[in-house]
Amino acid sequence: MSNSRDQILAKVRANQPQDERPLPDLGLFPARTTELLDQFMTILTLIGGKVQRVSNYAAIETHLREHPYPGRMVTSIPALFSIAEPIPAPSDPHALANVELAIISGEFGVAENGAIWVTEANFGQRVAPFICQHLAVVLPVDQLCPNMHQAYQRLQGKDYGFGVFIAGPSKTADIEQSLVLGAHGARTMTAFLMDN
Amino acid sequence: MSAIPKHPELSQRFNADEPRVDWHDATLWWIREKRDKAAHTLSEDWEALRAAASAIKDNVLGNLADYLTEFESKALANGAIVHWAADAAEHNRIVLSILQEAGAQRMVKSKSMLTEECHLNDFLAENGIDVVDTDLGERIVQLAEEPPSHIVMPCIHWKKEEIGELFHEHLGTPKGNADPQLLTEAARQHLRDKFLTRKVALTGVNFAIAETGEFVVCTNEGNADMGVHLADVHIACMGFEKIIPRAEDLGVFLRLLARSATGQPITVFQPF
Repeated sequence: MSNSRDQILAKVRANQPQDERPLPDLGLFPARTTELLDQFMTILTLIGGKVQRVSNYAAIETHLREHPYPGRMVTSIPALFSIAEPIPAPSDPHALANVELAIISGEFGVAENGAIWVTEANFGQRVAPFICQHLAVVLPVDQLCPNMHQAYQRLQGKDYGFGVFIAGPSKTADIEQSLVLGAHGARTMTAFLMDN
Repeated sequence: MSAIPKHPELSQRFNADEPRVDWHDATLWWIREKRDKAAHTLSEDWEALRAAASAIKDNVLGNLADYLTEFESKALANGAIVHWAADAAEHNRIVLSILQEAGAQRMVKSKSMLTEECHLNDFLAENGIDVVDTDLGERIVQLAEEPPSHIVMPCIHWKKEEIGELFHEHLGTPKGNADPQLLTEAARQHLRDKFLTRKVALTGVNFAIAETGEFVVCTNEGNADMGVHLADVHIACMGFEKIIPRAEDLGVFLRLLARSATGQPITVFQPF
């Protein structure tokens, strides 16, 4: 196998172009809007997500009591342990198979595409945001950036282990282009946008 | 491995049914229009983004060997194991050896055009490994014992009534029911059981970042993540062309990728 490695690299080195091919300057892509919150809410709704403005964690609890999910609720947010059980420490991920709702913290959102960046530090088990029937992400309302270039600037040099941009609920249109929400992952995705 | 039929012969067969050809054309055109609309939303940046993406790939061409070794050393430091395959046969043998080492006879797999080109599924089946494709479109063509017809929409050539019939036969859905919602739900239940019981998951790779040793697997369904995070072993198969130098280059590619493919602003899940 190492033999293949060295042969491959030798062939690539012998054949790759030798002239200078500089990387582009990505600073040429500025923010195109200052209305980050409006754009984020519009796009996330457009791609099938739900948006709830809340003033604090108590308001999330009230919302979930008024709109209950029929089944097991888990969260990684201590302020919500009154309504959902803590996501168990990394053990067997299969233990999350019957989760109805997972509530996790998001770090920041991207206005241009409605995606929210979440990391395993914020959801404990890697499978948690995927295996749940429904997903809710709590995002501080001032943690929005305009587009993916600014998003990667924010991630520069961060050691997050495993992270994922999530943009709305799991979906498919593989059957005659008919959009169906809830392919394998969460059937609904709610962003709780929380005031600071 | 069965011989691949010739394209002229297959097109002749396909073109024989003209209404179906029109239907297929209209479907593809509709997707193309979605792409154009999505490109328009970034009209100030779209062409510059394409040019930047092209320049990044050009830079990769000129520095490929260094980026590959940089990715390898960073991925090793992240705890991954890196294999090199000179051709499809070696690639397939390596995948089989990983499965054998894990003592696995079954695995789940998300979409990968590389493994499609390597005819990995056929090779594994010949060696007694049960492979379940978990992307809905891929699962449909797998049940039908066909290759995918499109890299983004594998079963775009199938009508929903035909999928209803296929699912009735394989998954026990009601006969004559062609409701996409019902059929997708049936596949969700069927595949959830596979995700929960397989110890090995294989995925493709959309982008591999040389400077960090990370890679990204974009899906809308969440099937790659369901497979990987419930398995003990994750096998990721990538061609060299997936290498990009810097994490920030993803800012360019992730603005282009889903808009170009399906007209979405971004795919639902981009984990790394």
